[in-house]
Amino acid sequence: MEQKQETLLEIHDLSVSFRMYDAGLEQKDLQVISDLHLRIRPGEIVAVAGSSGSGKSLLASAILGILPANATVRGHVHYRGKELTPEMQRELRGKEIALVPQSVAYLDPLMRVGKQVDGHRRPKPTEKRRSLFRRLELPERTETLYPFQLSGGMARRVLVSTALLTEASLVIADEPTPGMSLDQALEALRMFREMADAGKSVLLITHDIDLAFEFADRVAVFYAGTTVEIAPVEDFRTGPQALRHPYSQALWRALPQNGFTPIDGFQPYAGSLPRGCLFAPRCPYATDRCRAEIPPVREVRGGEVRCFHGA
Amino acid sequence: MRRINRRTQAVLWTALLALVLIAIYIIGATIPEEAYASSYLQAKLPPSWAHPFGTDSLGRDLLMRTLKGLSISMTVGLAASAISAVIAVLVGIAAATGAKWVDAVINWVIDLVMGVPHTILVILISFALGRGLKGLLIGIAATHWCSLARLIRGEVLQLRSQTYIAVSRKLGKRSGWILVHHLLPHLVPQFFVGLILTFPHAVLHEASISFLGFGLPPEQPAIGIILSESMQYLSTGLWWSAVFPGLLLVAIVLLVDRLGDQLRRIFDPASAQE
Amino acid sequence: MEKFWRRLGRPLLRYGVKIVALLLAVSIVAFLLVCLSPVDPVQQYILGLGSAISPEQRAEIEAYWGVNQPPVERYVHWLGQLLQGNWGESALYRRPVLDIIGERFVNSLALMLCAWVLSGVIGFVLGCLMGMYQGKWPDRLLKKIAYLISSIPTFWLGLVLLLVFAVWLHWFPTGLSAPIGVTQDQVTLGQRLHHLVLPALTLSFVSFANIALHTRQKLIDVLNSEYVLFARARGEGRWTVLRRHGLRNMLLPALTLQFASFAELFGGSVLAENVFSYPGLGSAAAAAGLNADVPLLLGITLFSALFVCVGNTIANLLYGVIDPQIREVAP
Repeated sequence: MEQKQETLLEIHDLSVSFRMYDAGLEQKDLQVISDLHLRIRPGEIVAVAGSSGSGKSLLASAILGILPANATVRGHVHYRGKELTPEMQRELRGKEIALVPQSVAYLDPLMRVGKQVDGHRRPKPTEKRRSLFRRLELPERTETLYPFQLSGGMARRVLVSTALLTEASLVIADEPTPGMSLDQALEALRMFREMADAGKSVLLITHDIDLAFEFADRVAVFYAGTTVEIAPVEDFRTGPQALRHPYSQALWRALPQNGFTPIDGFQPYAGSLPRGCLFAPRCPYATDRCRAEIPPVREVRGGEVRCFHGA
Repeated sequence: MRRINRRTQAVLWTALLALVLIAIYIIGATIPEEAYASSYLQAKLPPSWAHPFGTDSLGRDLLMRTLKGLSISMTVGLAASAISAVIAVLVGIAAATGAKWVDAVINWVIDLVMGVPHTILVILISFALGRGLKGLLIGIAATHWCSLARLIRGEVLQLRSQTYIAVSRKLGKRSGWILVHHLLPHLVPQFFVGLILTFPHAVLHEASISFLGFGLPPEQPAIGIILSESMQYLSTGLWWSAVFPGLLLVAIVLLVDRLGDQLRRIFDPASAQE
Repeated sequence: MEKFWRRLGRPLLRYGVKIVALLLAVSIVAFLLVCLSPVDPVQQYILGLGSAISPEQRAEIEAYWGVNQPPVERYVHWLGQLLQGNWGESALYRRPVLDIIGERFVNSLALMLCAWVLSGVIGFVLGCLMGMYQGKWPDRLLKKIAYLISSIPTFWLGLVLLLVFAVWLHWFPTGLSAPIGVTQDQVTLGQRLHHLVLPALTLSFVSFANIALHTRQKLIDVLNSEYVLFARARGEGRWTVLRRHGLRNMLLPALTLQFASFAELFGGSVLAENVFSYPGLGSAAAAAGLNADVPLLLGITLFSALFVCVGNTIANLLYGVIDPQIREVAP
């Protein structure tokens, strides 16, 4: 893989916080994404891995500019080298950047599938959609069905078809595999691989890490709303010795095939983030410095890591 | 400026609203009869400093009459909503804790009460009991308990399924003990909030029924009667006799409505959040 | 189509049984209340005539009310007469109760229908606006107005409208359903509508604040749903979301609410009709109560219960007809 390849999407120092009211009806800001960074090049699949609550799904909303009204965003997102402003996000949503949602819950329950996939833009891409359905081996009557009538496999293909129907260069897939059988999950991921091979970039948000290893080019590990490590997928296949961050190593060891070793402690809650490195409270190598200041992102062995010690 | 806790704010609002209402009530209740006695020399006077609301066709001061009428309406409304809240609590507990058929019968009775327009039902009840205060009170009370009863039934069912109640039962506590120690503390706030939320409806209903002529006798200056009398003189230019008493009634209903809302905020902060 | 009716048939039958049971109960309660009252229907009828009646006539009326019989038998007898279409004769209007109900219901229906459509449309539109601007000033302002409106008694609003638009501005007549001195068959549609505007407006105020608040809440739920998040991710703007997903998902609950509000509508019509001397069922109900016209009061009570039942049944059946998740079975 070439280092000089152009970058499609670049995120640095992205923070997202929510304004909430607690039980005493007092206002409070909850930071759910902190100083996150990520880069994605054309034609590659970047898997975003992390446990639930690590801010993975919010990242998709932040890129698309569809966060709820009580959210505040700081930091920079560049798309094709240009700063991604709210106006540009509005322009790009559903055209340049497409989202593949998790489940049929993301389809209007009272709208027939055909009309729904066609979308709101004029002219309606009905013919293109029909041929796409044929390619995806969806039966002809699918378009007249309501979302609740779709079987699991059909639903998956219908959801993917919404992205394929666009000319999007960037496809964000939000947890596309949970609740699927292994065969269905593999089929879904194969579809994303095909997209990437056709030149699109795919951001694969998932916690089925071992499946992601089979299809992704690079893996970004999220912890408590920040990127702790970005590494080529080969490093994850090699094992912990190739990884740079203690959390990535711990995540690797927690996989069933690698011994199922759990990590002690809990991911910090968005309301009570530690002052220094977010992983410091659980890290076996943490020093006073880790607890006092946030480590910068460093390039190490062709990957990136946010750790003072990683090497 | 120091920011005040929202809960404290709600408590202050409640106190203020309650104070205004009580003040109006006391003023109305203590007005002597002479203040709104008829006086033919002063009939049909438009609003002035001496008579801010004007006078009616019999020369009675409309401000005094309206205040008196409001205090009567508030008494009737409060009594009727208290009766209906008591009915609601009893029926709600019975439906939730009684046998299956009790629940079915109660549900059916609620369907019945909801199945006849309330105005018609109150007319019928007041017809049956002879017009006047008794029919009015029973009529309004009989038509306003349903939604609160359903709410309390749900609350009790939910409480009954909680672990600590099951534990008490396992420990051999009697149903009566559980009712007093575990259920009532949760139902008392529900009762008061329900009562206050029913109150404005009861006041509006009382005014409507009196307006139709089924409520209090015409000598009583109830607000519905004042407005009903004003209707006959609308076309002869006595607009003030319809406008001002009604405005004051709306203001009172609005105050009571807000009071209930603030109380709910205090007792149940989760439901008041949007 | 046949399948459709088969799906609808079973609930229709169930609701039918329920309605009959409910109406029976209403008739028992109403009859009981009338028996409790100090008014003697026979005496009241004779009193209303103002002149002496023949013994045969008296015997006929006494037979209808089952005088000197135990209450249960009286009720059964009265119910039997009712089922045969003999709803008695109104002491006030001197005509068969069923005729009066039929004639006046037509008037009331016109009034209620106008108010129903008006409050539904205004409430729905305002609710949509409030939901779209949730938390911003249009929402806060409209919410305050909605609370204010629900604190205004219907009859007083009617009085104020009457005062402003009929007495001061002379835009509308002060009451009745047609100009005085014009016979029924000569009244034009325009004249009827002219007389209908103020009462219908008054009656629509009974419920539109409620509808607006419900619609607002439903729209907020829809806007917070996952499918709207996805629609926005696909580039749909706020108003496109409202058009494509909001209306579709809000219509059913709004319609259901509207059909379930027949009781309020009828109750409100009693007040609105009285303010405007509109010759409908509502003003007849008040007159019947005030003049102790027992057969008319009983008749209107039963009829109003039937009316409410029909609304509730339509509300319940609507889901089966409109919601595809109930209408269409999974493949």
